[in-house]
Amino acid sequence: MPIQFNQSPGSSGGAGESRTGRPGLVAYLTIGDPDLDASYDIALAAIDAGADVLELGVPFSDPLADGPVIQRASERAVARGVSLTDVLAIAARLRAARPDCGLVLFSYLNPVVRFGQGAGFERFCAAAAAAGIDGVLLTDMIVEEADAYLAAMARHSLAPIFLAAPTSPDARLEKIARVSRGFVYVISRVGITGAQAALEGDAEQLVKRLRRYTDLPLAVGFGISSAEQVEQVGRFADAAVVGSALVAIIEASSREIAAEAVGRFIGGLRPVAALARS
Amino acid sequence: MGTAVDTAVLHQEDSSQGTAGGAASTPGRFGAYGGRYVPETLMAALEELEHAYALAQADPTFQARLDDLLKNYAGRPTPLYFAERMSRELGGARIYLKREDLLHTGAHKINNCIGQGLLAERMGKHRIIAETGAGQHGVATATVCALLGMECVIYMGQEDMQRQELNVYRMRLLGAEVRGVSNGQKTLKDAINEAMRDWVTNVRTTHYLLGSVLGAHPYPTMVRDFHRVIGKEARRQMLEQEGRLPSAVVACVGGGSNAIGAFYDFIADENVQLIGVEAGGRGTGLGEHAARMRGGPGGGSPGILQGTYSYVLQDDAGQISLTHSVSAGLDYPSIGPEHAMLNDAGRAEYRSATDDDALKATVALSRTEGIIPALESAHAIAEAMRIAPTMSPRDILLVNLSGRGDKDLGILTRELKLQGA
Repeated sequence: MPIQFNQSPGSSGGAGESRTGRPGLVAYLTIGDPDLDASYDIALAAIDAGADVLELGVPFSDPLADGPVIQRASERAVARGVSLTDVLAIAARLRAARPDCGLVLFSYLNPVVRFGQGAGFERFCAAAAAAGIDGVLLTDMIVEEADAYLAAMARHSLAPIFLAAPTSPDARLEKIARVSRGFVYVISRVGITGAQAALEGDAEQLVKRLRRYTDLPLAVGFGISSAEQVEQVGRFADAAVVGSALVAIIEASSREIAAEAVGRFIGGLRPVAALARS
Repeated sequence: MGTAVDTAVLHQEDSSQGTAGGAASTPGRFGAYGGRYVPETLMAALEELEHAYALAQADPTFQARLDDLLKNYAGRPTPLYFAERMSRELGGARIYLKREDLLHTGAHKINNCIGQGLLAERMGKHRIIAETGAGQHGVATATVCALLGMECVIYMGQEDMQRQELNVYRMRLLGAEVRGVSNGQKTLKDAINEAMRDWVTNVRTTHYLLGSVLGAHPYPTMVRDFHRVIGKEARRQMLEQEGRLPSAVVACVGGGSNAIGAFYDFIADENVQLIGVEAGGRGTGLGEHAARMRGGPGGGSPGILQGTYSYVLQDDAGQISLTHSVSAGLDYPSIGPEHAMLNDAGRAEYRSATDDDALKATVALSRTEGIIPALESAHAIAEAMRIAPTMSPRDILLVNLSGRGDKDLGILTRELKLQGA
């Protein structure tokens, strides 16, 4: 099932015809690396090359769930002074330019809490909704701590997206499934973000366990960097998330060619799907 | 003192309930502070640890083994020593030192390491990881791993590896692998990030032996419990030696483990003042100090770092600030959540001592009492030296001397030469 944000929880949202039968693609970018305008261009290129959902990463000084690639990107963006406010501004521009793309704000908790100015999540959620954000994923927010966050998200019709991990017992998966909207982010393996050669068996197992509790689309991420892996994920899940691989391309490219390089890479991630459509 | 912020709103939808106790129903809350803010991958391990700890606490066998090791291996109880000459020279309050520096490995850290080491053994986790700043927690962890026959990996910022070189050698001699961390400012915070990344990756086989009252629940509670013995002993010894309680308990605060251990059994004694001493560093701007509880520009404010909600040094965008202290063990941008609660409730007061104050206190204690304190503990000595002369000879100051200064000889030689001492 494709990822769609404007559907009521539990409904198995209608698919765009053209998307049926191929896995959705979620693309993560650390916004502000190499700079804000470049990130905007790269994001547009990612959407136009076929990303269904963009995760807009808010740079943070202490990205403790991330591997070296995203750590370095985050560090560069923080050094440039890129903040949550800047990321929301990029989101608003993207929303204006590409009304149909899914936009997820991806952040560690502290910048979001700080944005609230000591008054919880209301100000953040209002600003995110105004910027055209569909969903929010907070890396270090667990369901047990999320009451106030979920209430504010609901008031602004934003989709809270939670992580499900291979180590999560069934009781936790049930709670995660109950409060998630939009999609659930399935972590393919224990560990930090970053590319790996082959998918471990963890992911498929986890998707099966999670499926018992939800009809929401399930997006598998962490370590996905090739068309083969995307295709493999497509056999048991709804979407694949590509993150560090994109951020590494941006790191290795000059500012001028980064958008084109990312677009080409994303285009190449679904040769099988492209063939099927032609 | 930090600024009063309506902190309950982070967790509690109804913000009218004020700060303390707003969300006390969730486990691991200290008023509005504490909690669990971690990647989902770690949640199962935290729940397992919480469960194992609860079982161990109720198990007389576990407690007996812990008590035995604390006594016969670590050297508890530690003395409560009347610093007569220093008290006389300062004039004013009678200064007592709780001698945690005399424990095996040279600091209070071993209390917690023995406790968590035994717990890891119970959980069947034979690979231990830990972070270290000054190296005292790393040495204590490596020591316990040697004792229990466990694999040990210590993460340490490269800046700290240089300034606490002796402790790096000690850890390696004890059989631990010391991994240098070159991210960020290469100090304690960065070592914790790297240890967390290791834990997320190896969580099924590894116990993270966190060294302070920081991180996600159950760490702040569990680490406090393992250090409660400090205050428990000191309170009893004080009553034995003086027949009354102290006017104030003074302790340095990095993450705050020695301070909470010293404070905890005095919290109910309302007439005993509790004073935590943070690193005032070399200035008041962000990046110049580690005084999280200091309000106003350049001071701390509530935020989330490395799993817990507490006072944090950060900029307007929520990026964590750099910090500075001459002492690696206090050089950290957040503070244990229970301290945040004690601060807001007005039960404990948090002050700071500068690098210079600490260096002078180190020399003073060395030369009046023949005791070389760790630079961390010297911050508490500095505050005691400042307030003792303002107090009456009937007052008693209990200072927790959390560690000894051998590890700091390199820094001391360099810094004191600069100062012409």
